[in-house]
Amino acid sequence: MSRFVLTITAAGLFLLHFTSCSKLESSEGLLITGSSTVAPLVADAAQRFEKEYPGARIDVQTGGSSRGINDVRTGLAKLGMASRALKTDESDIQAATIAMDGVCLILHSSNPVEGLTKDEITAIYQKQISNWETLGGNAADIVVTGKASGRATLEVFLGYTGLDSADIQADVIVGENQQAIKTVAGNPKAIAYVSIGAAASEALAGTPIKLISIDGIEPTTENVARGVFPITRPLNMITKGEVTGLSRTFLEYLKSDRIRDLVETHLYVPVSP
Amino acid sequence: MSPSLRDRILRLSLGTTALLSGSVILAVVVFLFREAWPALASGKLSHFFTDLKWQPGSERDPQFGLTPMILASFLVTVLATIIAIPVGVGGAIFQQFYAPAFLGKFHDRLLELLAGVPSVIFGFWGLTVLVPVINRWHPPGQSLLAAGLVLALMILPTVGLTARSAIRSLDPGLLKGAAALGIGRPATILRVIVPAARQGIGAGCLLAIARAVGETLAVVMVCGNIAQIPHSLFDPVRPITSTIALEMGYASSDHRALLYAAGLILVILSGTLVGWQSYRKESFKPRQAG
Repeated sequence: MSRFVLTITAAGLFLLHFTSCSKLESSEGLLITGSSTVAPLVADAAQRFEKEYPGARIDVQTGGSSRGINDVRTGLAKLGMASRALKTDESDIQAATIAMDGVCLILHSSNPVEGLTKDEITAIYQKQISNWETLGGNAADIVVTGKASGRATLEVFLGYTGLDSADIQADVIVGENQQAIKTVAGNPKAIAYVSIGAAASEALAGTPIKLISIDGIEPTTENVARGVFPITRPLNMITKGEVTGLSRTFLEYLKSDRIRDLVETHLYVPVSP
Repeated sequence: MSPSLRDRILRLSLGTTALLSGSVILAVVVFLFREAWPALASGKLSHFFTDLKWQPGSERDPQFGLTPMILASFLVTVLATIIAIPVGVGGAIFQQFYAPAFLGKFHDRLLELLAGVPSVIFGFWGLTVLVPVINRWHPPGQSLLAAGLVLALMILPTVGLTARSAIRSLDPGLLKGAAALGIGRPATILRVIVPAARQGIGAGCLLAIARAVGETLAVVMVCGNIAQIPHSLFDPVRPITSTIALEMGYASSDHRALLYAAGLILVILSGTLVGWQSYRKESFKPRQAG
């Protein structure tokens, strides 16, 4: 037999092998998509889960809470992540809360402003207050960082301030929490709203940002846990109908206290079972 | 096995691969059309040009004005090209005619390395290094300028490497002829080499422009993503690609169809660029032969 035919046969066998392999594995695979706030926690939990259940392969992808909800609805993903409560028109899907988080405002650590009131925040995001001097800071224009529509943090923020997304006059619009944090870290005049967990972890790691108080209440996990911080939200796993197999096992795992320490490492608040 | 049979097998398998790549492109365009159809059929597409703002998430007053984004895509691309083409072509000429051999090789390797850097790295660099610098100058930093500079860096290797190979593949007789006529090096370069290589250089530039129009990941990190008509280089902008990247994940109904329609506009844009490129090739042919 000529070498040519041999090569073709080998390639064919290889492809056959490849497809049969991926078929085998996909029965043990699980795709989770959604909120960039929930994703780091779920990814860490997935890593631990994979060690305890050899053969399971969990893939965590971000893209915002609305993507998580959308993907579960269309069946693209078995589990979705959403960093907000479900709305009334989303009764076709179910949410299981795995932790609580707050949304806080962050400034560059060199900014002397230590806290803002709800009215001040609302005014800043509508450009009614546009200079830090008005708020006791340095004479500099405020760089307002907003979030792209579809992001749960935006929706939670709109719910808190009572604004419509058309009211917000942002200078910069970002997607993920990390992008908001990097924007503020690189800009002493910027303000952004992000997940408390994500911001606190970054601040601890030395990123030059600070979490400021709202109406005098400090953005700490304790205040979120006690329910006194004004902007709090559940971190949810989204499902549609009955889930079975690996999805169910992993969902139970996420709801159990076996990831309690991970929730705390990410500076979120565990939900008491 | 007879040679003719072998030929037939090869023909069949090669034909299959060609058919595959061709049909995938067609399938993508058909898919885009199908998904954008609700917007096209209902005349919602006019929103793109009549609405002033882009606020798909607003409950009070949803608007879908695409004009600022088409303009942003255009401006970002123009800015990147204005920077990258002189630098890229100039570098290639320097490397071919002035640089010592080792420096030329080094320059080559550097450009190849630059071509291989993933776009997320460019975006990350732009966000953490370039944007803070521009911000000190003129806030907020995320701007038309930042996007143009990052894109220029990304398309520089395409421009530089194609210009280099265009110059290298010129007939050595041209140089000899110029030398025999006693033409100096500056005039040889400007009057002989660049005109002779302009088709290759132009092809590289078109490739670079197509890449600049389509680049998403790096741009979304540094452009600021505000859908507005910029008044200066320092204003944030939002190109079409950024909008699709930021919103496609969750968009539904009209919003979704309009995003697909925006994607279709992008495909038509790059299709036009490719078409122009092949038209250029055609129109150059007789000259090359002559």
